[in-house]
Amino acid sequence: MLLVHSGRVVEASARVYRRTWRGSVISTFFNPILYLLAMGVGLGQLVDDGTGTAALSIPYLTFLAPGLLAATAMMTGAGDASWPVMAGIKWRKTYDAILATPVGVSDLVVGQLSWVGVRLLFVTVVYSGVMTAFDATTVAQGALAVPPAVLTGLGFAAIMTAYTARLKDEQGISAIFRFAIMPLFLFSGTFFPLSQLPGWIQPAAYATPLFHGVSLCRGLALGTDFAVNPMYSVAYLLTMLIFGTLLAIRLMGRRLIT
Amino acid sequence: MTDALVHARNLRKEFGELVAVDGIDFEVRPGETFGFLGPNGAGKSSTMKMIGAVSPRTDGDLRVLGKDPNEHGQEIRADLGVIPQEDNLDLELTVYENLLIYGRYFGMSRKVINDRIDELLVFAQLDERRNSRVEPLSGGMKRRLTIARGLINTPKLLLLDEPTTGLDPQARHLLWDRLYRLKQEGVTLIITTHYMDEAEQLCDRLVIMDKGRIVTEGSPKELIEQHSRREVLEMRFAVGTQEEHATRLESLAPRVEILPDRVLLYTDDADATADAVAAQGIVPESTVSRRSTLEDVFLRLTGRTLVD
Repeated sequence: MLLVHSGRVVEASARVYRRTWRGSVISTFFNPILYLLAMGVGLGQLVDDGTGTAALSIPYLTFLAPGLLAATAMMTGAGDASWPVMAGIKWRKTYDAILATPVGVSDLVVGQLSWVGVRLLFVTVVYSGVMTAFDATTVAQGALAVPPAVLTGLGFAAIMTAYTARLKDEQGISAIFRFAIMPLFLFSGTFFPLSQLPGWIQPAAYATPLFHGVSLCRGLALGTDFAVNPMYSVAYLLTMLIFGTLLAIRLMGRRLIT
Repeated sequence: MTDALVHARNLRKEFGELVAVDGIDFEVRPGETFGFLGPNGAGKSSTMKMIGAVSPRTDGDLRVLGKDPNEHGQEIRADLGVIPQEDNLDLELTVYENLLIYGRYFGMSRKVINDRIDELLVFAQLDERRNSRVEPLSGGMKRRLTIARGLINTPKLLLLDEPTTGLDPQARHLLWDRLYRLKQEGVTLIITTHYMDEAEQLCDRLVIMDKGRIVTEGSPKELIEQHSRREVLEMRFAVGTQEEHATRLESLAPRVEILPDRVLLYTDDADATADAVAAQGIVPESTVSRRSTLEDVFLRLTGRTLVD
């Protein structure tokens, strides 16, 4: 029953998306291109002309592109599981409408996360195509990096859903983006290898979820060695997804079934 | 056990220290329209949520459609229609799409849903708005759409929480008309309201709640007979002169209520009472004689103090 009911939540979300997708086109299609142009091509020129090539042994654009894939997935997952969830709980109260039907809280949470998964698939496939167009990877290797990127996004979405379920208002959403998501975006090996960080802070960086997503995407997209054993990374992200989902179901139940 | 659709015994709901519903008993029978009437914070909405199987009870016994909502919430919800206090429609979607996705949540096939939507749009007088987005629709239209949505699964029991709050008079009357039609079709309705006229128009039976308890129960007519009189004579006096007249009025009607701005005489025959007042030589500035309403019952039982 869980799958049937969750499927209906996905179906409804898809219908809403058909009416609202225009608003997300910029972030989905153009942001990756802008980032790759600005950082990869623009900044990359300087890096490659300087000491970058020696340190990275590959062009900066090639280094950056798969990291940005994982980071984009994180942003999408966290974004889709915060504002829309808050709207469902509080602003629009559409979750109350759903829970008045046979659909239950776990169906709702799993369905909502599954829909985020579908969105992540769009976003990462498009991004992967852009990477290929920039000649940062091949079509096949770019496609290989899609599943770990989706997994990364889903892990963040699950935790974010649980976090949002407890929030009174949207200030908490802005806060977590400012104090958690942005730092992760910048310091998880997306823009530079973690070996560039001071030694004392490196262990913390290795422990962050995005680092594992970046490691998987980069290893698979470039066919190079992984920064850390990929099994650890997959286990880390899966744990985040499962634990986050269970926590989200619990907290959402506490919030909506009073 | 009876064949009641809803059966509650000593039903309680607490939120921490706050007792929202303080041990109430009631029964809703098939085909009737049952009302919960009461001021804000009386416990009406909490009771509705427990009936709707989206809020576990703290104590007592509750059966909805013969089942315990704690155990069989999903099955119960499959046969309920719920119209919440605030519209929670998908504003980006069209009227049609809102009904479609809701039908899907109940596991109905597209074919069945589409047939049902055609009927419901006519019923809700929204057939010309079928493909309009919901956001720009008027409050009354949104309300009617929410009601149509609640009917998509042909529920055995329809729960309406404050169905006409915030609507203009035309929209309210249209809505009452639609609800009255549902009632005639045999749909069982449970309504919460703090509008007396609404309860009088729609309810076969109702309970008046105050501070989590049921204060009284009966048909609108019974309640008026029990707790009020058939008619009310309202009198206003020139400023400062009410005091002196009021004491003399007290013997002229079975019950007299003195308010800061007017005196109410509850009586079986307002005209006769008015004549008696005139015979005493008391001349009010203005007089209104009217039928007694549930409002009189309500205010008598729950007091005139403002509850915020």
